[in-house]
Amino acid sequence: MWSLIQQIAPYAIIFTIPLLITALGALFSERSGIVNIGLEGLMVIGAFTGALVIYTIQSSFPGSTTAIWVGIVVAMIAGVLFSLLHAFASINLSANQIISGTAINMIAGAITVFLARNMTGSGKISINAFKSTNVPYLSDIPIIGDLFFTRTYPTTWLVLAILIISTFILYKTPFGLRLRACGEHPHAAEAAGINVKRMRYYGVMISGAFSALGGAVIVVTYAGEFTGTVAGLGFLALAALIFGQWKPLGILAATFFFGFATTVANVSQVVPALAVIPPVLLKIFPYVVTLVALIIFSKSSQAPKAVGEPFDSGKR
Amino acid sequence: MRNVIVSLIAVLFGLIAGAILMAFTGNSPIAGYQYLFEGGLKSISRIGNTLATATPLIFTGLSVAFAFRTGLFNIGAAGQMLFGGFCALAVGLTFDDLAKPVLLSLMIVVGFLGGALWAFFPGLLKAKFNVHEVVSTIMMNWIAYWTIYYAVPGYFKGEFLETESRKISDNASLRVPFLTEAFDGSYINLGLFLAVIAVIVVAFIINKTTLGYELKAVGYNRDGAEYAGIKVNKGIILAMAISGGLAGLGGVAFYAGNTTSMQIGVMPTQGFDGIAVALLGANSAFGVLLAAIFFGLLYSGRGFMNAMTDIPPEIADSIIAIIIYFAATSILIERLVTKVLKKRKEKKTIVDEKEGQ
Repeated sequence: MWSLIQQIAPYAIIFTIPLLITALGALFSERSGIVNIGLEGLMVIGAFTGALVIYTIQSSFPGSTTAIWVGIVVAMIAGVLFSLLHAFASINLSANQIISGTAINMIAGAITVFLARNMTGSGKISINAFKSTNVPYLSDIPIIGDLFFTRTYPTTWLVLAILIISTFILYKTPFGLRLRACGEHPHAAEAAGINVKRMRYYGVMISGAFSALGGAVIVVTYAGEFTGTVAGLGFLALAALIFGQWKPLGILAATFFFGFATTVANVSQVVPALAVIPPVLLKIFPYVVTLVALIIFSKSSQAPKAVGEPFDSGKR
Repeated sequence: MRNVIVSLIAVLFGLIAGAILMAFTGNSPIAGYQYLFEGGLKSISRIGNTLATATPLIFTGLSVAFAFRTGLFNIGAAGQMLFGGFCALAVGLTFDDLAKPVLLSLMIVVGFLGGALWAFFPGLLKAKFNVHEVVSTIMMNWIAYWTIYYAVPGYFKGEFLETESRKISDNASLRVPFLTEAFDGSYINLGLFLAVIAVIVVAFIINKTTLGYELKAVGYNRDGAEYAGIKVNKGIILAMAISGGLAGLGGVAFYAGNTTSMQIGVMPTQGFDGIAVALLGANSAFGVLLAAIFFGLLYSGRGFMNAMTDIPPEIADSIIAIIIYFAATSILIERLVTKVLKKRKEKKTIVDEKEGQ
């Protein structure tokens, strides 16, 4: 059993990271009061932009990872720009945020494949991804070395750093306090002199940047190519946000749980101890657990109080 | 009337954006659209295919629109369609020695119930525990996806492929010779008639029955409806189940009419397009019918366009997605319309005043 956990831990972490960063972005959006169901689409935008940029410039940087990092940064910028569509619709036009988010998903899915097919002829863009490496020295530590420091990707450390910084920003800085106020009591926040609309723009834009990073991480780590979809991970990230009760550490736990469950399901066929469980049960496990969690938390939901409601300055 | 204008302007914007995309890829938008519409309408068999493509969209559009009218957002039409279609296919493959009318009726009923069951749980969770249906229906989508992923090869494996179910017999198919012949070999099928009946029934339920009135009341104001003595929780569960049943019928029409087998590992896109259809059709049953046919046209014409030009077929999805964005931000269009009307009125008053002088 122990050797099994040791074996699958690196893969579980690889799966967790894109989910984690996307859910973390959604946390900023929802804390500011805007539901962002367009995570899936924003991830696709990130995956596409990242893959396209890396594909285009990779030959100029042989043997180095510069192209990948450039791709990641450009992907995040693209995510911010694309998320403005959602921000504009839901903040300035008081559009139904669920519909606007759904439109984001549809536009992203269609246009990226359209462009990919037009440019490469196949709708797929393959790149040379990061190679996983053991962290020097740390991977030699017994137990945790095997669990956390073998076969890692640099993006994992980047995302974990963002998690720590985000937690600090949300809870220890004026910006974080203001952002959270906009999601709880926007009118009180406005009375205190906060520009609610601007804060909500920031929330959605951070969400766009992080989701796109999540999509790009998939491409530069385990996938190695853009295929036009992120297979529902955006929706799973949304579930992780709720499962994690809108808190950074809760999200970390929820996404790690999903990552672990997915990995277990993926390797179940080759592991005798797991092969006795019907694979379908392992596959649907995360989704069923999410439903159960929703029931349990429904009485004490920590959802931001004003989330999903358009902000109308005149309505008090 | 205002809804119609907003929808038409959204369509116009979507088509313009599509033209820009076509031009971006170095193609002529005029040629692109010409081939797109020719591909959907040029011959009687192409028209048949357009209507057949529209059929599942009518169902999923009705499904989403029905839920919408009762204040629910059913984003799980894909899973309901998948599961309802699977149930119907299971019946069709298992009992294909029954007489065709009996078998088809049974498949339709089972398909409806399968879809209804898949939406019943989110409805129940919403009514009893206030779990938001957007998240629960998305979870149900993936549960359906993986259930079918293992159930099809496990019980109904195709003869040659692991990833496909066996083909249903002609006896269990919604395709009938007289339609196929009338439309020159198109895959149009009885599903279309079923869809038109569903449109009429849904319009009747929503507009003419007590049930429809109560469900709408729940949608407008949950607390108000409760105060008026309407059983809100029961209404939510029932509305979700009916909505899911409609999506399930979409699955029957698709898997037993448009296709003859079920592939695994595919989430039916019609489920999400249903949201688009409902939105463009302004959540009215007849609006859904028109919007679905329009989308059916874009989808069935894109292959021909792709063959004649090098515009990727995803242009159709892009146009639809952009239309939805404009429909979602319809307030922008409404402001524009109001502005234009106001200007025209002002102009008219000025002209009138001048004439009066």
